[in-house]
Amino acid sequence: MHWINVKKTVKLGIKSLWMHRLRSTLTMLGVVFGVCSVIAMLAIGEGASQEAQEAIARLGSTNLIVETVKPPQEQTDTGDTQTVRKYGLTYADAESIRNTIPEVEVVVPIREIDQEARYLNRKAAIKIMGTIPWYTEISPVQLTRGRFLSSTDLHHQLAVCVIDDQVARKLFTFDDPLGLDVRIRGSYYRVVGIASKTAPAGMSDTFGTQAAKTIESTGGVAGNIYIPLTTAKSRFSEFAYQISGGSRSAEKVELQKIIVKVNSNEQVLSTQKIIVALLNRLHKKQDYNIVVPLELLRQAARTRRIFSIVLGSIAAISLLVGGIGIMNIMLATVSERTREIGIRRALGAKKRDIIIQFLSETLLLTLVGGMLGIILGSLIPFLVTYFGHMPTVITGSSLVLAFGISAAVGITFGLYPAHRAANMDPIESLRHE
Amino acid sequence: MAVVEIEKLCKIYTIGSVQLPALNNIDLSIEEGRYIAIMGPSGSGKSTLLNMIGCLDRPTSGRYCIGGEDVSKLNDDELSLIRGKRIGFIFQSYNLIGQLNVIENIELPMFYQGFSERESAERAKELATMVGLGDRLKHRPTELSGGEQQRVAIARSLANDPLIILADEPTGNLDSESGAEILSILDDLHRQHKTLVVVTHDEHISKRAERTIQLLDGRIDRQECNHER
Ligand SMILES: Nc1ncnc2c1ncn2[C@@H]1O[C@H](COP(=O)(O)OP(=O)(O)OP(=O)(O)O)[C@@H](O)[C@H]1O
Ligand SMILES: [Mg+2]
Repeated sequence: MHWINVKKTVKLGIKSLWMHRLRSTLTMLGVVFGVCSVIAMLAIGEGASQEAQEAIARLGSTNLIVETVKPPQEQTDTGDTQTVRKYGLTYADAESIRNTIPEVEVVVPIREIDQEARYLNRKAAIKIMGTIPWYTEISPVQLTRGRFLSSTDLHHQLAVCVIDDQVARKLFTFDDPLGLDVRIRGSYYRVVGIASKTAPAGMSDTFGTQAAKTIESTGGVAGNIYIPLTTAKSRFSEFAYQISGGSRSAEKVELQKIIVKVNSNEQVLSTQKIIVALLNRLHKKQDYNIVVPLELLRQAARTRRIFSIVLGSIAAISLLVGGIGIMNIMLATVSERTREIGIRRALGAKKRDIIIQFLSETLLLTLVGGMLGIILGSLIPFLVTYFGHMPTVITGSSLVLAFGISAAVGITFGLYPAHRAANMDPIESLRHE
Repeated sequence: MAVVEIEKLCKIYTIGSVQLPALNNIDLSIEEGRYIAIMGPSGSGKSTLLNMIGCLDRPTSGRYCIGGEDVSKLNDDELSLIRGKRIGFIFQSYNLIGQLNVIENIELPMFYQGFSERESAERAKELATMVGLGDRLKHRPTELSGGEQQRVAIARSLANDPLIILADEPTGNLDSESGAEILSILDDLHRQHKTLVVVTHDEHISKRAERTIQLLDGRIDRQECNHER
């Protein structure tokens, strides 16, 4: 086989495939859908895992997030009058974590309050984040204007706030918010800074701890307003009243979160153990939960691996089915063209030439099918993102993989029919009709 | 020099436990430039002998040399090479490839010998013109008459300038007029000193040849020379 002949062989292949257009197209569909599913599945899987990983990474891999959870118990069926349930993290917890664990670099307590903020006649449901200036150490707050909370603000319990751009857009559509006052529950807070897309306000909720709250906080809350923790403490009551089935009950929660940052990744797990031990001593009830982003990252990687295996198997099966379809058709083609094979052999074609001829036909089928599959498979993720609001990522390697797979399918399932064609007896083939 | 030398050649087909001798102790030598006719009743082994000479089949026993090369020692690829380079086939049923047009059919033997595209296209055109199909180059076999198809087949058999041209009942499917055209082309080839072996049932055809070999039950029954030509 000479190189000059490759072009002719391909041309011949196209010709004979074109002669059986319908058959070729139907055969190709198997590969098209196979490759299409490989790409679409990889894109969806990759999108999901990247989203998860980004979300986790935004939490900070050296961070540990301790959060208050409502202990699951004692709906003390005294049923009457007022009961005050006190639970959750306290200022004392934050203090003792900072004082007893040497690896800890920063401890940031956070008080979260859902409120309504107003400016002139506009209002927005927001989440107040009462925190301290070192919040910027554990979460990358990007200030577009002004400054973050300062220790002076904290010390003097000043009525200042940093708003994120969501709030800015909602309340101050046309005005420059910097220096203006936001009204919350009758008090005014001076805007000293505007942050762009603040990160982990409700982020830790994404990971299963309080799924219901996530929906509420992303759906109902326009954005975050940061105020000094001291200000939050003095101006907002720690009590929350609920009316359930006739009886009034009150809850008292001091802090919603304590975020702890350690020096390095290696210290994360050991610190987690120490914090658990410490808090277990201070708390009688299981009213807190620790989220470790680093651990989540590892879990995400594990999940991703399983996900890939499952998706890979599905795609492999569909490709296998497509490949068998191709082999079937090629076997039919070979027996249909027995006489042609005999003629070619009589005119000097070697077995190798016949193999190449039929293999190139199969390869053409699968590669064109693969190409169409890649095109279709690249469209599907867009549709998924557009209509399903799910992130998808088409990686270059998945395209290469899909193309390689379709070539491999072509060779694997084309080789047997081609061999069969080549090994037919020339005389018998010539006599065939 | 003898182009074909056959000594004590046997071909035995085994079907189940029955042994069918299709060729039995054939001794034959064909000199260069000869025009040979093979005749005999149906089933006498004419096609089998021709296929043997054409290296499409191997003998069960005996010796066969073509152009001085012992065929029994060659592997499949080498046999293909000999078929492609040294042998030109003409079949009763033309055996053109339906997907290919006249030019492409004639090019086929050159394709497998690695001719350049230009070279083979030129030569194919030349050959087509020679057999009188210079104006039918782009036609498909189905768009040609039987006689025209057989002329394409003759052009194709000449593509690689073979040592010997083998024709198995080349006029068997044709009416007498187009048959005569084919025969006159074969005569032309003979005049150009090509070596020809033609299997036929037709006395008139065998008269054109220099020598007629009569086969009977796989044996050479008799050979006669047609000196009157
Ligand atoms: N592949 C085969 N297997 C078994 N027997 C075969 C095979 N090919 C040929 N034969 C037998 O060999 C004998 C000679 O066959 P061949 O085709 O050479 O005859 P022929 O002289 O060409 O006949 P015709 O004039 O009808 O073409 C026949 O008896 C045939 O049955
Ligand atoms: Mg015959």
